[in-house]
Amino acid sequence: MIFGMPEEEYFAPGHRACAGCGAATAMRLITKAAGPNTVLVESTGCMEVVSTPYPQTAWRLPWIHGAFENSAAIASGVEAALKAQGRKKDINVVAFAGDGSTFDIGIGPISGMFERNHDVLYVCYDNEAYMNTGIQRSSATPFGASTSTHPAGKESKGKTEWKKDLTHIIAAHGTPYVATASISHPRDLFKKVQKGIEIKGATFVHILAPCPTGWRSDGAKTVEIAKLAVNSGVFPLFEIEDGKHVIQRPKKVTADIREYLKLQGRFKHLDEKDITFIEEQVKKRYDRLVKLAESGL
Amino acid sequence: MVRSVMEASHAASEAVKLIKPDVVAAYPITPQTHIVERISEMVADGDLKTEYIRVESEFGAISALVGAAAAGSRTYSSTASQGLALMNEMLFVASGMRLPCVMNVANRALSAPISIWNDHQDSMSARDIGWLQFHCETAQECLDLTLLAYKVAEDHKVLTPALVCLDGFTLSHVFEPVDVPDQKTVDAYLPPYKPLHAYVDPARPVTQGPIAFPTHYMELRNEQNEAMMNSFPVITQAFKDFADKFGRAYDFLELYRMDDAEFAFLGIGSECGTLKVIVDKLREKGEKVGLIKMIVYRPFPKEQLLEATKDLKGLAVLDKAISVGFEGVLFTEVRSAHYDSDHKPDLRNFIVGLGGRDIRYEHVESIYEMLKSGKGKKIEWMY
Amino acid sequence: MVELTLAATITEPGSTIKYKTGAWRAIRPIIDIEKCTGCGNCWVYCPEGSVDIKDKKATIDLDYCKGCGICANECPVTCIKMIMEEK
Repeated sequence: MIFGMPEEEYFAPGHRACAGCGAATAMRLITKAAGPNTVLVESTGCMEVVSTPYPQTAWRLPWIHGAFENSAAIASGVEAALKAQGRKKDINVVAFAGDGSTFDIGIGPISGMFERNHDVLYVCYDNEAYMNTGIQRSSATPFGASTSTHPAGKESKGKTEWKKDLTHIIAAHGTPYVATASISHPRDLFKKVQKGIEIKGATFVHILAPCPTGWRSDGAKTVEIAKLAVNSGVFPLFEIEDGKHVIQRPKKVTADIREYLKLQGRFKHLDEKDITFIEEQVKKRYDRLVKLAESGL
Repeated sequence: MVRSVMEASHAASEAVKLIKPDVVAAYPITPQTHIVERISEMVADGDLKTEYIRVESEFGAISALVGAAAAGSRTYSSTASQGLALMNEMLFVASGMRLPCVMNVANRALSAPISIWNDHQDSMSARDIGWLQFHCETAQECLDLTLLAYKVAEDHKVLTPALVCLDGFTLSHVFEPVDVPDQKTVDAYLPPYKPLHAYVDPARPVTQGPIAFPTHYMELRNEQNEAMMNSFPVITQAFKDFADKFGRAYDFLELYRMDDAEFAFLGIGSECGTLKVIVDKLREKGEKVGLIKMIVYRPFPKEQLLEATKDLKGLAVLDKAISVGFEGVLFTEVRSAHYDSDHKPDLRNFIVGLGGRDIRYEHVESIYEMLKSGKGKKIEWMY
Repeated sequence: MVELTLAATITEPGSTIKYKTGAWRAIRPIIDIEKCTGCGNCWVYCPEGSVDIKDKKATIDLDYCKGCGICANECPVTCIKMIMEEK
């Protein structure tokens, strides 16, 4: 055991992810938390493509890929099959997908899986755009970020919408457990994935996974950027368990959002007005989250 | 074996009860609803033990089927028209992953304009998805061919999903006597599904559905095509075993009064009932006419068709689907099949029954007139 | 002759280890092993899983290390240096 985690690598080296890929780190941690008695159901995206270049595979677990928007729907079928075969109690079913698949094209099937409460953990690795196809905007892309379908330009400041609050949309389905996590806080991520698996029913863990290629950042700073996202309140780490909010981090905002934005080329076009707006919105949402947690909601 | 009068939809439901799938995914669409509703009643009364997933869309249905089959289970779903169209992306995935899913399709016209009535545009536009395709004329066939489809699909030499089609309303909602076989004989005919490559076993982790680069894709697609071409003997044997066990003989084509026929109709599905009536009427008048009813559409029964048409002067191909910008779908394939043949009967295309337009005796008689006399256009729309 | 498996299923788990991504590297990590405390930061954050911790010391498998520099950035005792690969 290292760092309180098993040493086995269920996501083998030799995969074709970019150097400094946050999602690849996430894959290693998620699969360590899930353990060997797990079947993974994955959507088309970065992690799917880099991990299974036929005839090679990076996976040391059973792994199924169908299409882009339906890891939740396919996982529903896998779960039902294992139940029918009497093996569900022995095998964890983990569906995972990027933000494009989860927030946009897959939201219908995801809603179906959560509404029917299949015993599946759904993990979203969020690199905040359609990275695999070339950094196009998704509804998970943060406000003001420049992407290839909403670039900054003479008449554009990048994304004009705030990041979709998918975590609460999923929670509204009445799911027993929903959590956010970050690769910068691996013990917290590990615990949450394990919790998501142990708790029966449809559960959701939303993981922030910075992408140096898409975020235009230094690959070496991938974890540092994720840490700043958490500590500045941009991406708080919290759980909604049985409908109640619990915040893990930050207990208090300790990092400056500007430090976070400065490290990423996708934000370099923002002016003082934009940054102030972002600061206000992040504070508003973080404060609301704190209020929910404090009122036992 | 019990004989009762039932809706053809329910005959399909009875087949599902007998084949005992692990997972059933159900999403309603007219005119398929009676099939899945009857199955849900069976589940509610404990007569069928299955994981019945009330999915959020047809896309969810086919995705659940792929997941369950990839996990090594026998699966079932059914749909029609818009539902089949919505599944489109995943239909290719299911066959590409060589998963033996089976679905009934209650044939219905495609929007726009929206229509709930019968034609073959849905299953015909799905001819390239890499699924076997069977077509039923009677309620009995709805039960029999659904059962048979599993036997062929799950054969390790085939491992290809299958559509079993029944005309919406004109067959699905029609009441006919049906022999429902007993469970024991069905179990002897169709043993439990044994996955070969698609399963979930942490002790033997398998990666299913990788990305294939240009170095491999073409060979993989060829392998899939070969598997369907190699299904001919498996289908033949399945027909034979079916006849032995259940006493009803089927084949790729049903040849009705074709022995000395000079002219013939080529039809699919419930319209063949009407065609048989007219064939009998014409025969009474001394006409040498017959009917070729196509039961298996994929793989395309080219050899069987050429054998059936080898002495014909003319063949009227009835199409309940049009490939817009060209001609009737079945007509194109029939003509192509005959291209290299030494004997080419006069091939005529008749577009019939689109959007539920009734195919009347007068239509068929008129078709025969044109076929025999050579009058009329190569492609005639029979309004 | 292309070797195929049925439906492109892959039955050899972790076979990407045959592809040595270390060849992608332009800069490589050097660990000052004396200063290394074996804390495991580099192990946990490495996207490749190319770090091993044995007897409280870290080693990096250069067959797979892509030279991203996360390990050097996250080392709490800054005992990892990134240097240019020499041709």
